[in-house]
Amino acid sequence: MSDVTRRLWPLLMLLGLGVLAALVAGCPKEPEVVAPIVEVVPPEEGRSQEPTGEPLKIGGIFAVTGPASALGEPEADTARMLEEQINAEGGIDGRPLQIIIRDTKGDETEGLAAVKELVDREEVLAIVGPSRSGTTLGIIETVEQAEVPLVSCAAASKITNPVKTWVFSTPQSDADAVTRIYGYLQDQDITRIAALTASSGYGIAGLEQLEEQAPDAGLEIVAKEEFADTDTDMTAQLTNIKGTDAQVVICWGIGPTPSLVAKNVAQLQMEIPLIMSHGVANARFIEGAGDAANGVILPAGRLIVAAQLPDDDPQKALLLDYAKQYEDAFGKPADTFGGHAWDAVMLVVEAMRAGATDRAAIRDYIEQTEGFAGIGGVFNFSADAHYGLNPEAFVMVEIVDGAWTLIE
Amino acid sequence: MTLAEQIWQFFLSGLTTGGTYALIALGFSLVYNATGVINFAQGEFVMLGGMITAASMTAWGLPLWSAALIGIAGTTLVGIALDRAAIRPARGASIVVLIIITVGASIFIRGVAGIIWGPDERVVPAFSGEAPIGIFGANITPQSLWVLGATLVTAIAMWLTFEYTVIGKAMRACAINPQAARLCGIELSRMISWSLALAAAIGAIAGIVLAPITMTQYNVGTMLGLKGFCAAMLGGLGNGLGAIAGGLLLGVLEALGAGLISSQYKDAIAFVVLIAVLLVRPSGILGGRRGGEE
Repeated sequence: MSDVTRRLWPLLMLLGLGVLAALVAGCPKEPEVVAPIVEVVPPEEGRSQEPTGEPLKIGGIFAVTGPASALGEPEADTARMLEEQINAEGGIDGRPLQIIIRDTKGDETEGLAAVKELVDREEVLAIVGPSRSGTTLGIIETVEQAEVPLVSCAAASKITNPVKTWVFSTPQSDADAVTRIYGYLQDQDITRIAALTASSGYGIAGLEQLEEQAPDAGLEIVAKEEFADTDTDMTAQLTNIKGTDAQVVICWGIGPTPSLVAKNVAQLQMEIPLIMSHGVANARFIEGAGDAANGVILPAGRLIVAAQLPDDDPQKALLLDYAKQYEDAFGKPADTFGGHAWDAVMLVVEAMRAGATDRAAIRDYIEQTEGFAGIGGVFNFSADAHYGLNPEAFVMVEIVDGAWTLIE
Repeated sequence: MTLAEQIWQFFLSGLTTGGTYALIALGFSLVYNATGVINFAQGEFVMLGGMITAASMTAWGLPLWSAALIGIAGTTLVGIALDRAAIRPARGASIVVLIIITVGASIFIRGVAGIIWGPDERVVPAFSGEAPIGIFGANITPQSLWVLGATLVTAIAMWLTFEYTVIGKAMRACAINPQAARLCGIELSRMISWSLALAAAIGAIAGIVLAPITMTQYNVGTMLGLKGFCAAMLGGLGNGLGAIAGGLLLGVLEALGAGLISSQYKDAIAFVVLIAVLLVRPSGILGGRRGGEE
């Protein structure tokens, strides 16, 4: 090889790889075309007028990129979609709504910086988000001091328990999910359960609730097993469970591991039902577990079974609308996380529509909100409850032939 | 289920996981033999094999077999590129520097994979269905047999290569005495290139047979690489048979530890055993080969 070709080799290689990568990447699951959101809702004749005047500003802080982008991206998309819709319909009392979105990258420090900027420089009236519990806990002190209402899209119970004056949250809680599962098990006359939980924060919080609520529900946890988020085989844990007299396995985890658990349960031909947490209520779980997903039972928000709900369900029409609008705008199905942002934004917007146009008035209005039908459930806030949902926010769902199917 | 049946199930489950560790360990051994370098990008080869296969299936709707071939070919290219772009320019640097280069390369490959394919896990269908196979009361999936079969075939192929082909003998010669090998007309840098290409191909095979069991994601390489490295250490670095024994042993230990002692400390149990083995028999791991001079 001549000296020149020798020197060019690495370059050629990289180039070749780049081309290969580009070809392979041509396929990804992400939507090919992201339609401009502007056209989501065509302005209706007559009713809509171009909103004028000083905009009503809401700050949105989401983990749009980074490790929690699966949460933050649909949340930010939903917030932008709502902003467009509301302004296309004439804004709020003729004034335009402005949602200023900042990316926390899932990072506490970035989240804090974004809050300070939004509060001091942009002078927003309220903040929706952040996506993650850690980021939310990191900014609580700041928003309390600045006296800005915060409606978080993160689920940790610490966010609203004990109650903080300015902080609310929209996602359904682990505790309510466990209550719902236990109610279902009582109906089935099941008394002995096995817990298989992730050793991550999510799994630990789930296990705590499972243990705390078991005695009151008349249930006995006869086996407790754990797995790490990086584990690839859970047959050892499940074999141990198989050796007990447990009547049901409850698995608490997120990410790919619950799919593996479902596969391992099928592999071991276990005859007892497998119950999962609401954390797997997304299409990727079914895709990952394949046929083994069938028969898995879980509590889930109503969004994934919206079409199957009875017509008198207060959320049904809203859920179907949101799912359609989201899919039309972004080319992918709506999910729970986007729903958290919908609820957070609309709680603030409702307050503004009712005439609350300063920070304190918005806070007071949200705290008095009752019977607000959102995506995550029907919200009832009060001075002692800044988490507005109850176990009724969940329905029990079974996976049948690879599709979510409402039980009951 | 009796205790004996349970232990039998742990053992079989452990063999499956161990089979992949063994394949990854083989890759470590191969590169170590030819270069004295511990290639920490080996785990990324495993990830690339699975990801390229999964991506070409979804991108072009290819059947599994051709997608798997693309996966192996693509990963091998990355292995060669790693050599040309990163290892070769640093020729003459010490082994430690080369090892650090592979660490950097692994971070780079993982990052690029994350950008190209995004954070979602991807699915590769099982090669021959998912109906569990019962063996004396324990169940394994057909894919487990594929993993163990791939390990066996790869190990035999490697042995044949080293024993009977010119290129294999040349690699061994480089490992035994680089100076003498060079005097016989063997170009060391070509051997390094070959060993990286082969290691990449073996890593890709591991990633492809494993993907149907565990799914694959841009960041699975780190943990798998670490486990494969442990397996190679356990068996004795640079020893092909040792890599396989180490891999299977590590997998079985993990499963037994998770099943019999505590699932919470599964990884810890495996690592404690590793440390214990290294304390008793460090010579097989560090003293077996020359240092970095070449």
